[in-house]
Amino acid sequence: MTVSGVMRQYQVVGRHQPNEEHPNPEAYRMIIFAPNPVIAKSKFWYYMHQFRKMKKTTGEILDCVELVENYSRVVKTYGIWLRYDSRSGTHNMYREFRDVKLTGAVSQLYDEMAGRHRTRPRSIRIIRTAEIKDEDVKRNNPWQYLGDKVKFPLPHRVVSGKRGQKALSSRTFAKNRPTTFFG
Amino acid sequence: MPFTRYMEVGRIVLINFGPLTGKLATVVDIVDQNKCLIDGPREITGVDRQVISYTRIELTDYIVKIKKNARAEEIKEAWTEADILASWEASAWAKKLESKKRRRALSDFDRFKVMVAKKQKSAIIAKKMAELE
Repeated sequence: MTVSGVMRQYQVVGRHQPNEEHPNPEAYRMIIFAPNPVIAKSKFWYYMHQFRKMKKTTGEILDCVELVENYSRVVKTYGIWLRYDSRSGTHNMYREFRDVKLTGAVSQLYDEMAGRHRTRPRSIRIIRTAEIKDEDVKRNNPWQYLGDKVKFPLPHRVVSGKRGQKALSSRTFAKNRPTTFFG
Repeated sequence: MPFTRYMEVGRIVLINFGPLTGKLATVVDIVDQNKCLIDGPREITGVDRQVISYTRIELTDYIVKIKKNARAEEIKEAWTEADILASWEASAWAKKLESKKRRRALSDFDRFKVMVAKKQKSAIIAKKMAELE
């Protein structure tokens, strides 16, 4: 699947199509991270087909609802357990991300896996996600930003030339070299 | 030169990119090495609570004493106690931003008036310099 922008979280509920033998088949619910409901439903069948004898043609989706984060005013640390395919095998992984929403952390995950491991979104399967308490954070990077006394300067501020507006200078020639020290 | 401005909870920042350019905000929490959570508070500066990248903000010299994840009312109280707005308006930085804004908004007639005023000023200075010699 292509992942552009932010991932969303969907709750997809589906079951086998009812027939005379089984008029009320068991319904299964999955939490799927996808950019839109179409891909969410598709991923639902992808997983259901692996775990149960159920396919899109033999089943029906009862519900596909977006789950919206109810408390996005506080930064939390999210732990994500995933399974991914590398060029030579498939591996399990556990990563932690700091973000205000779970879907933000999942978006960060896909970007980071692409950057560090060249993993395409199709090769990533999220097994489990959880909000991690400060005492249980395992990875170094998020651990640095926990607590009340986080304080650091912003050294070597380079103005990006890609941004256009505030880049370097509005003029072609400038009489002073740019400065990267802003206190 | 040592660093005096730090990214920390309570630091007042100036947003210099995006729709909120030119507005002040308070750092409420730090997300990671690239972004932080800021809050105006909305009533004072018009900035909502949001995550913003460090590339979009500039650190100022002002800090307020707030706890991490402080509520908007608490930040507002800290702002009025420290009288941040008054200190900011009186600072050279804010005055420079204001004068740049005014210069960009000048009409052609205003620019003519500025030119005439500059000529008058330099005439006075030249006369004084001649007297001193």
